[in-house]
Amino acid sequence: MTQRFSGTENYVATDDLKVAVNAAVTLRRPLLVKGEPGTGKTVLAHEIAKAIDAPLIEWGVKSTTKAQQGLYEYDAVARLRDGQLGDERVHDISNYIRKGKLWEAFTSPELPVLLIDEIDKADIEFPNDLLQELDRMEFDVYETGERVAAKERPIVVITSNNEKELPDAFLRRCFFHYIKFPDGETMREIIEVHFPDIQKRLVSEALEIFYKVREVPGLKKKPSTSELLDWLKLLLVEDMPLDVLQDRDPTKAIPPLHGALLKNEQDVMLLERLAFMARRENR
Amino acid sequence: MPSWPGARTVERFAKVLLNFFEELRSAGIRASLKEHLTLLEALDSDVIERRPEDFYYLARATYVKDEGLLDRFDQVFQKVFNGVFSEPGEEQATIPEEWLRAVTEKFLTEEERAAIEELGDWDEIMETLKKRLEEQEGRHEGGNKWIGTGGTSPFGHSGYNPAGVRMGGKSRNRRAIKVWEKREFANLDSSLDLGTRNIKVALRRLRRFAREGAADELDLDATIRGTAKQGWLDIRMRPERHNAVKLLLFLDVGGSMDDHVKVTEELFSAATSEFKNMEFYYFHNCLYESVWKDNSRRWNERIPTWDLLHKFGHDYKIVFVGDAAMSPYEIAWEGGSVEHMNEEPGEVWLKRVVDTYPAVAWLNPKPERAWEYSQSTQMIRQIMDDRMYPLTLDGLEDAMRALSRKQG
Repeated sequence: MTQRFSGTENYVATDDLKVAVNAAVTLRRPLLVKGEPGTGKTVLAHEIAKAIDAPLIEWGVKSTTKAQQGLYEYDAVARLRDGQLGDERVHDISNYIRKGKLWEAFTSPELPVLLIDEIDKADIEFPNDLLQELDRMEFDVYETGERVAAKERPIVVITSNNEKELPDAFLRRCFFHYIKFPDGETMREIIEVHFPDIQKRLVSEALEIFYKVREVPGLKKKPSTSELLDWLKLLLVEDMPLDVLQDRDPTKAIPPLHGALLKNEQDVMLLERLAFMARRENR
Repeated sequence: MPSWPGARTVERFAKVLLNFFEELRSAGIRASLKEHLTLLEALDSDVIERRPEDFYYLARATYVKDEGLLDRFDQVFQKVFNGVFSEPGEEQATIPEEWLRAVTEKFLTEEERAAIEELGDWDEIMETLKKRLEEQEGRHEGGNKWIGTGGTSPFGHSGYNPAGVRMGGKSRNRRAIKVWEKREFANLDSSLDLGTRNIKVALRRLRRFAREGAADELDLDATIRGTAKQGWLDIRMRPERHNAVKLLLFLDVGGSMDDHVKVTEELFSAATSEFKNMEFYYFHNCLYESVWKDNSRRWNERIPTWDLLHKFGHDYKIVFVGDAAMSPYEIAWEGGSVEHMNEEPGEVWLKRVVDTYPAVAWLNPKPERAWEYSQSTQMIRQIMDDRMYPLTLDGLEDAMRALSRKQG
């Protein structure tokens, strides 16, 4: 693979991220991505797929997801029912085998990017159950005796929110990247990519407010990049005049259209209380 | 940063890498051979451009799998590839003995070396240091035997002995070699030999399986029964068995607990991976009207204890971890807390917890034989209805057994 990932027109990749992605793509090892919610972990897989022009296969993991479901599912219940009704299909067991995302990725005609999203949501054993399959990129279907093997190892991106620790054996097989919360510089670049014609002044004012809100101690959910982008979009749509943002009067600590930044009524109340306290001090 | 080796010197470079790999391992980054080979493979297949930064990123993505270790990795990387050791006085997470030995060999002059030799060999110095640490009670300044600040003994910081091993605080004469934060020696205390693995095994006792959540498993017995009753195939499903134990952990931090921090941390790290429903909160000395979750924000983000009592159902099991060593006033009197003005005595809060939750245990890192000499320990033990257990493997097993007993 000579193609190198270097971010796309919609995605700002830092140097360390580029190296991690290129290593994972070249050696075909899974890339494990961690980071605060809203720093663009899932988007990364989409952008890798776009950058190397490959189809993306998404496997969103939930707390009830089993590793087996990624390979295939054998619907014995449907077969049993068909058996009672005397359906012809019942004689062929493969009629009742449903392909999972891994199967899909292994047999995809084009080299795909497989995204295993939020792997930490599942049971503790989930990553362990996928070790062999991700290592060898093949598995057996016991019901039919068939072996599904990948023609070419797919590119695997795995995201985790750190809700559970992942087993060592699993980690050893991955490249790891931790997406830091972007600094002011990178954030400006990200905004540039998303809103190319936004006024410079608006951005710097908005960023200042944004980082200030992030610094407020005690927030249940700190606003992240995706919230900032939403907020900027709103500010643009509402055509918010610049001086509203510039109004740094501490008694109005609540930023305009704060609903996009703060997702928790307790956080909004906290900010309001701070504003109230600032007002009292000024008196 | 090293100047990048030429294309064909990857092999020679591999030797440096091996050294790096060993340094990483001794720094506590559990890199394996598999990862090392992956790195070599990546270098071999020209994943990166020939820039030192890229090499750094690649090595980081390969070896480090936990963001908590990134800082440590940076330090090792700097050490190996700069050939420069970090300045004395800089914080270092763990400093293996070999490093110190290496530093002395590298940076001390002949005379200085001779001076150390006078004191005996390195192991001996370390051994003495360990002993002094054990003997020492309380803070100490000056003097020439005890560990403290500003003395002439080799131990303690700002000492003038060339072999001075810094014990924490700011380095003044730049002679001392490394920071050995006092806490590092907790590792050597074998009486508290509780590995994470052991703790995990003990905690497993708490597991109780229950069927909760989505019905996704065939219940064969019920299906047969249903089919016989109905006369047609009647599929019955049931939820899968899960570990349904809910655990609420209260950890004492600060003050007299500092010595036990390592054990507590180990217990905690074992606990997080063992239970699905586990919440933890911190308190200081005794439980009062509020607790906190993030120690760095303990003054800003307090959670009222009432909220916890209301939020978590009675089926939660409560585990306190604390040494219960404090002044009796801190338990029995309002306003007795050392940190704030508490309107109700800690006793009242502890009783509220005990009354609300049938399954409560207090784990005490102090040895059991010392309990009877501490009045506060006795008081808390009484409040807990005698459910205080030492933080040893046996104690942990007893505690788990008591917690999992059917509560009347």
